[in-house]
Amino acid sequence: MTHTKISMAQALNQALRDAMHADDSVVMFGEDVGALGGVFRITDGLTAEFGENRCFDTPLAEAGIVGMAVGMAMNGMRPVVEMQFDAFGYPAFEQVVSHVAKMRNRTRGRVQLPMVIRIPYGGGIGGVEHHSDSSESYFAHTPGLTVVTPATVADAYGLLRKAIEFPDPVVFMEPKKLYWAKEEVDLTEEQPGIGTAVVRREGADATLIAYGPALPVALEAAEVAAAEGRQLTVVDLRSVVPFDDETVCAAVRRTGRAVVVAEATGFASVSSEIVARVTEKCFHSLAAPVRRVTAFDIPFPPPKLEKYQLPSVDRILDAVDDLQWEDS
Amino acid sequence: MTTVEEHLLPSAEPVCLIDQHGVPHEHPSYDLPTKEALLDGYTELIRGRRFNDQASALVRQGRLAVYPSSHGQEACQVAATMVLKEGDWLFPTYRDSVSIVSRGVDPIETLTLLRGDWHSGYDPYEHKVAPQSTPLATQLPHAVGVAHAARLRGEDTVVMALVGDGGTSEGDFHEALNFAAVFHAPVVFFIQNNEYAISVPLARQSAAPSLAHKGIGYGVPGERADGNDLAGLLAVLGQAVNNARAGEGPQLVEAHTYRVQAHTNADDATRYRQDDEVTPWLDRDPIQRLTTYLEQQGWMDDDVRRRAESRAVQVTAQLRDGLMPEPAVDPADLFKYLYAEQTQQLREQAAFLRDELAREEA
Repeated sequence: MTHTKISMAQALNQALRDAMHADDSVVMFGEDVGALGGVFRITDGLTAEFGENRCFDTPLAEAGIVGMAVGMAMNGMRPVVEMQFDAFGYPAFEQVVSHVAKMRNRTRGRVQLPMVIRIPYGGGIGGVEHHSDSSESYFAHTPGLTVVTPATVADAYGLLRKAIEFPDPVVFMEPKKLYWAKEEVDLTEEQPGIGTAVVRREGADATLIAYGPALPVALEAAEVAAAEGRQLTVVDLRSVVPFDDETVCAAVRRTGRAVVVAEATGFASVSSEIVARVTEKCFHSLAAPVRRVTAFDIPFPPPKLEKYQLPSVDRILDAVDDLQWEDS
Repeated sequence: MTTVEEHLLPSAEPVCLIDQHGVPHEHPSYDLPTKEALLDGYTELIRGRRFNDQASALVRQGRLAVYPSSHGQEACQVAATMVLKEGDWLFPTYRDSVSIVSRGVDPIETLTLLRGDWHSGYDPYEHKVAPQSTPLATQLPHAVGVAHAARLRGEDTVVMALVGDGGTSEGDFHEALNFAAVFHAPVVFFIQNNEYAISVPLARQSAAPSLAHKGIGYGVPGERADGNDLAGLLAVLGQAVNNARAGEGPQLVEAHTYRVQAHTNADDATRYRQDDEVTPWLDRDPIQRLTTYLEQQGWMDDDVRRRAESRAVQVTAQLRDGLMPEPAVDPADLFKYLYAEQTQQLREQAAFLRDELAREEA
């Protein structure tokens, strides 16, 4: 199979198309996902190709969308639903927490919900208020959910295919600032399993742990650090839940120092969980406290101010510099 | 020729085919159910009442954590399932245990949630009964999804979705009716309006002329029935199910009934309502009026009484025998059902609990 250069948005679209070809029970619905193809064009052409019964617009009501998906998943379908923007998904939170996450457990595994909730998330696109939230920690905190977020074009395709095939509900967080990033990919390659992190770059001095929209920033920081003589490992979580302790801890033990990089606010978040886990499991390998580069604990800022909020290469390098390289 | 609006609006008065004195009334739109249906209904009502009262008694004996009784609402409970076919679905709330048992679910499995040894005790696929929903109205969008999936596959499934008067204030009630109407989903939304949401009376829930009037806002036909008249409920719900099955889209039915007991055993109804409000409702009891009617028709013989009594005795014994022993619980279950494949973290936490319990035993 030849490699093709496509964007993350195109890869997600292809994943949906291939999944709908592979399995008649896969249906896609949400707001503006039909004729328009979604505000980010992730569902472009699906209604034309598969018909109104397979990809359709719904009334503008997120709890209704997720609730209907629960019922369809109960009754033999594999629904994939789109929350138009991260912060527009909150009306569905009750459905996600009380039903999507709990159905399997409360029925002793008798009712499985093979459904995917796709959520464009994060900043970096100059979105106005309520268009740039990092909501992954709410979902990661809820037992029963699987939370996945790709950071590369290939993973966007592979993880979405895996998420749709998954027997349990998956919250699929799409970093919207990476939608238009293009890569040469071979979509026939083996797809990553849900729950497996990957080392994107090897370096002996310290480990950056990142996911989703923060990964490219972490990789860029590693590039700059290398030029300055410090070799950094970069781990891409890919799945927030299940969390791949093994890959993360192995990297931290090899390097003895770590910085967690995330776009979300830091307090009571995925990033604080990573620090806790790494500290509990790798304490004797650590030469310095694990540092974090996260958003400030403030609501997502307006577009003209978001550069102050998002993790930057400089902030990551400063955090790495602070990892107590010398006793003082 | 009726206008669209007239078609969507409910009757001026709740449909009542047998009044509280047991007297039958002609109705322009609905016929009295057959003798057989009413005799079956009588048996179900007697059993439902016995189930309610036995379950309440078992709470007092500490065998159930809590029981929200449908005492006085049994006509709604049994009518909701009597009108369904085998392939249809029921979406119940926490107060609908009698409905669930009437659908064929094992009584003990029905009460697992309220005993507290697990959440939902029965297999939802066995009798096509969804788990009881405690967060109000949140099960209604699921009912729409089940109905829509069936419709996409060309199946003639109808979904009976139960909700109370309080539940109609929730956003999910609105979204479910709207989705069902837009997608033409074969769902019968059945509101048991028992006048109270714990302590809050209907006047604080809604200023609508009736809850059945809410249908018109979504393009869903609404109808209202006397919730203590089994005959009227069977006729109205039966018609709604037929309409939904025939492809006419969702239907909304409101039953006017009354919660004669407190919300649950943990509630004290004297704090928010007076006895003189409750007393008149006792005379409108669903069993009493049907019994009177059946007697006046000469249909109430020893066979009917014996059959009803034996079914009631059977369910009482099932509850007593099934709930008396302390249920066996397995702490390993806490981790077992969250995911098809257990995560490493849950395996570790299960092992932790196992070790902790082993140390306690040692």
